Amino acid sequence: MISPEQYPVLIVVIPLLSAFLISILGGMDKRFCYPATLLALGGSLAAAVATLCLVADHGIIHYRMGGWAPPFGIEYVVDYLNALVLVVVVFVAFMAAIASKVSVEEELPHKIPQFYTLFVLLTTGLLGMTITGDAFNLYVLMEIAALTNYALIAMGRKRALMASFNYVVIGTMGACFYLLGVGHLYIMTGSLNMADILNILPHLYGTNAILVAAILMLMGAWIKMAFFPMHGWLPNAYTYAPSATSSLVAPLMTKVSVYIMIRVMFSVLGAVYVFKVLPVKELIVWLATAAIIAGSLFALAQKDFKKMLTYLIVAEVGYMVGGVWLATAQGITGAILHIVNDAVMTLCLFLFAAIVVHKTKGHQLSNLQGLFKKMPITMAAFAVGALSMIGVPPTAGFFSKWYLILGGIDAGQWQFVVALLFSSLVNAVLFFRIFEIAYYEPESAQHGHGESVAIDEAPLSMLLPLVVVAITIILLGLYSGEIVTTFIQHAVPAGI
Amino acid sequence: METVVSIKPLLASLVSLVAVIPIVMSGKRPNLREGWTFLAGVIKFGLIISMLPVILAGGTIQYNLWQVMPGLAIAFKVDGMGMLFAIVASTLWLATSAYSIGYMRSQNEHSQTRYFSFFAVALSATIGVAFAANLFTLYLFYEMLSLATYPLVTHHQDGEARASGRKYLTYILGTSIGLVLPAMLMVFHLTGTLDFSGAGILAGTTSKTVIICLLLMFVFGFAKAGIMPLQGWLPAAMVAPTPVSALLHAVAVVKVGVFSIFRVLTFIFGVELLRTLDLGGVLCVIASITILVASLIALSQDGLKRRLAFSTIGQLSYIVLGVALLSPSGLTGGLLHIAMHAFGKITLFFCAGAIFVATGKKNISEMVGIGKRMPVTMIAFLIGSMSVIGIPPTGGFISKWHLLLGTLEANRIPMLVVLLSSSLLNAAYFLPVFYRAFFCTDEESMFEAKVVEAPIWCVAPLVMTAAISVGLFFYPQPFLDLARMAVRSMGG
Repeated sequence: MISPEQYPVLIVVIPLLSAFLISILGGMDKRFCYPATLLALGGSLAAAVATLCLVADHGIIHYRMGGWAPPFGIEYVVDYLNALVLVVVVFVAFMAAIASKVSVEEELPHKIPQFYTLFVLLTTGLLGMTITGDAFNLYVLMEIAALTNYALIAMGRKRALMASFNYVVIGTMGACFYLLGVGHLYIMTGSLNMADILNILPHLYGTNAILVAAILMLMGAWIKMAFFPMHGWLPNAYTYAPSATSSLVAPLMTKVSVYIMIRVMFSVLGAVYVFKVLPVKELIVWLATAAIIAGSLFALAQKDFKKMLTYLIVAEVGYMVGGVWLATAQGITGAILHIVNDAVMTLCLFLFAAIVVHKTKGHQLSNLQGLFKKMPITMAAFAVGALSMIGVPPTAGFFSKWYLILGGIDAGQWQFVVALLFSSLVNAVLFFRIFEIAYYEPESAQHGHGESVAIDEAPLSMLLPLVVVAITIILLGLYSGEIVTTFIQHAVPAGI
Repeated sequence: METVVSIKPLLASLVSLVAVIPIVMSGKRPNLREGWTFLAGVIKFGLIISMLPVILAGGTIQYNLWQVMPGLAIAFKVDGMGMLFAIVASTLWLATSAYSIGYMRSQNEHSQTRYFSFFAVALSATIGVAFAANLFTLYLFYEMLSLATYPLVTHHQDGEARASGRKYLTYILGTSIGLVLPAMLMVFHLTGTLDFSGAGILAGTTSKTVIICLLLMFVFGFAKAGIMPLQGWLPAAMVAPTPVSALLHAVAVVKVGVFSIFRVLTFIFGVELLRTLDLGGVLCVIASITILVASLIALSQDGLKRRLAFSTIGQLSYIVLGVALLSPSGLTGGLLHIAMHAFGKITLFFCAGAIFVATGKKNISEMVGIGKRMPVTMIAFLIGSMSVIGIPPTGGFISKWHLLLGTLEANRIPMLVVLLSSSLLNAAYFLPVFYRAFFCTDEESMFEAKVVEAPIWCVAPLVMTAAISVGLFFYPQPFLDLARMAVRSMGG
C-alpha cells in the first residue's frame, strides 16, 4: 500500500514512466498504446483526486524530492490552487485520451505509438509545471510540455508543419523570457525555491533587477498563453493540429500558463509587489479588455469551426488575465474558477469538433448542417458547452463570469465589465449561428421529409467522454460555491 | 404570516420537464404521446391548485433547492402573485394541448414530437419564473424559456422561420444578457442578495441616478414584455404554428416578460422606493407610448395574427402601467390583467388558428361572411375581443376597471385618457373583424352558407376559454383575492 504522502509525486511519476513504457509496448504491438495510456492517466487521475481530498482536509502539502530539503532540493508544493488545477489537467487529459482512439486511428494510422508517448509526456510536463514549487524546475517541465506539443501539432496535415514551426519560434522565445527572469531572480536571491524567493524578495523590491525579472517572467507566461497581442501563433497551430492533439492542448496549454502567471505573481514575486509596486495593473486590465474584444471579433469572422474556437480561447485568456489583475478578491476568485471551467468547456467544444471531423471529414461551419437530427445526443452535449461559453445558468461558465463581473464592478474597471458582456453577446451570436446551421437540414432534405433522416451517432468512445464532460460542466456550475469556499478562497492572497 | 416548506413548487415546475422523457420515448405513437402531455398538464394543474388554500389563507410556500454560492440560491417561493400567474399558465397549457392536437394533426405538421417536448419544457420554465424566490432563479428560468421556445418559433424550418428565429433570439437573448444580467449583478453588488422582498431591497443603497439606470435596464431588458422599441420580435414570431403563438405569445412568453418586470419593480425596487424617487411618471410615459402606438399599428394590419400580435404588445403595457401608477387599485388591476388578458387573447388566437385550419385564410380582408360558415368560432372571437377591449360581461372589464380606478387614486388623469382612448382603438381594430364576418349580403360573402367548423379539438378549447372569459366577470374571486393579497404584501 502506498502511503498518502506519496500521492503528490505519483501524479507526475506514473505518466512519466508510462510514457517510456508506451513507447516500448508500441514497438511490440501498437494496439497496446491506447489501453496503456488510459491506465497511466487513470492512475494519475486517482492520485490527483486523492491529493485534492488531502488538501481539502489537511491543508497545504510539501513534498521533498529524494528527501532533499529546500531551498537546495526540488520541492513539490500542493496548495489550494494547484490541487484544483492538477485534477483539471489530468481529468482533461484522461477524457481527451479516451476520445482519441478513433481520431488517431483515422488521422495518424502510422504514428500511433509516437502519438501516445508524446501525449502522455505532454501531460506529464503540464502536471509537473503545476505541481512544482521550484522556479527552475518549472522551466524544465515547461520545455518538456512545449517540445512534445510542437511534435504533436506537427503530426497534422500540410499546414500543421508551418503552424508548428511558427509556434516553435514564438514558444521558445516565451520560455527564454521566463528563464531569463528566473536567472535574474537567482542572481539577486541565490535561490530557486519559490517560497524561499518570496521570503527574500521584499528587501529587493526597489531594485531594477527584480523589475526586469518580473517583466520577463510575466512576458514569458503571456506569450505561452497567447495573451493578445501575443496570440499570433495559436489559431493556426490549434486548428491544423490533429483532432486528438487539439482536444488535449487547446483546453490545457493556455490554462496552465495562466496558472503559471498566477503562481509567479503570488508565490514568487508576491501580491504586494505585483499590485502595489509594479505600476501596470490598470494597463493589463486594458490589455485583457482588448484581448476579449479582439478575440471575440476575430472569432466572429471565421468560417472554419475549429479556428473560431481557437479565437475564443484568445478571448477567454483575456477573461482570466483581466480577472487576476483586477486585484480584487472577487476578480481573482473568478479567474481561478474560470481556469477550471474554461478548461472543461473548451474540452467539450474540441471533443465535439473531433466528432465533426470524424463524421464529416472537415471542420468548416458548413459541415455542421443537419447535425441535430443525425446526432441528437452529441448536439445536446455540445449545446451545454456552448451555453456555458455564452454564460447561461446553471452551467459553469455563468458562475465564473459572475465573479469576474463582480470583480470588475468592485475594482471600478467598467471597460472590463463591458468587454465581458460584449463577449457573452458575441458568443451567443456565434453559437446560435451554429445551432441554426445544425438545426436546419441541408438543401436536399426539405420540409416535411425531416423524419426520414436516420440517426447516426458518434462512436461510443467519442460520445461517452463528451457526455461526461457536458455533465461535468453543469455539476461544476452547481458546485461553484463549494469549490470557491473549499479551495479558491484560500488561494486568493490575503489583504487585497 | 404562515410559511410552509414544501417541495410542491419544485414539482409543479419539474413535472412537465420530466414528461419530456416519455413524450420522446413514445414519439412513434401519437395518441400515447399526447396522453403524456395531458397527464403532465393535469398533475401540474393539480399541484398548483393544491397549494391555493395555503396561499389564500395568507401563507407562503417555500422550497430551497440548491445553494449555489453564498447569497445565490435556486429557490422557490409561492405567493399570491406567482400563484395567480401559475394558475393562468397551467390552465391554459391544458387548453392549448388539446388545441395543439387538433391543429397540428389537421395541418399534418412535421416533427410533432419535438414540438410537444419543447412545449413541455417551456411550461416548466414558465412555472419556474412564477415561483422563483429570487432574481437569480427567475433569470435562470427566463433564459430556459428563451431557449426552449426557439425550436417552437422556428418550427417550420424554412427561410422565414430562420429569419424570425434570428430576430427572436437577438431581441430576447441580447437584452437579457446585455441588460438584465449586468443589472442583476449590480443589484447583487449593492445589496449582497437577490431575494425578493415585499418591501424591495434597493432602498437606501445607492443614488437616484443608479436606480434610474437599473430601472431602465430591467424594464427594457425583459424584452419578452414587448415594450417599445423592443417589440419587433413579437410580430416576427407569429410565423410559429398558431398554438405556439397562442400560448407562448399571448400568455407564457410575453406574460413572463411583464411578470418579471412586475416582480422586479415591486419586489426588488419596492413600491415605496419608486414613490419616494417619483419614478412612476417615467414608467407611465414608457407604458403609454407602447399602448397607443401598438394600438395604432394594429389598426393597419390585415394579417389576423399580426393584428393580434400588436394588440398584445399594447395590452402588455397595461400591466406595466398598473405598476407605474403605484396605487393599490393600479397594482391590483395590473396583476388581474395578466389573467384576464390571457384568457381573452388566447381565445382570439385559437379562433385565428381555427379559421386557418378550416379555410386556410390568414388575412382579415378574406374573411367577409365567415360568421355564417363558422358561427361558434366567430362568437367566441367576439367574446375574446370584448374581453380585450374591456366591455362587460367579460373578465377584461374587471381588470380595466381597477386600472382606471388606479389612475384616479394616483391622480394621473392623462393615464385615464390613455386607457380610454386605447379601449376605443381596441374596439376599432377588433369589431370590424366581427362586423365583416356576420354583417354582409350573400353576394359579398366569400364563403358558402354551409356551417363547417374546424375539428372539435380546435373548437372545444376556444369555447372553453371564451366561457371562462365570461365566467371571470361574474366570479373573479380567486384572481382578485390573489391580486389583492399580492398588493398587500407589496405594502401598496
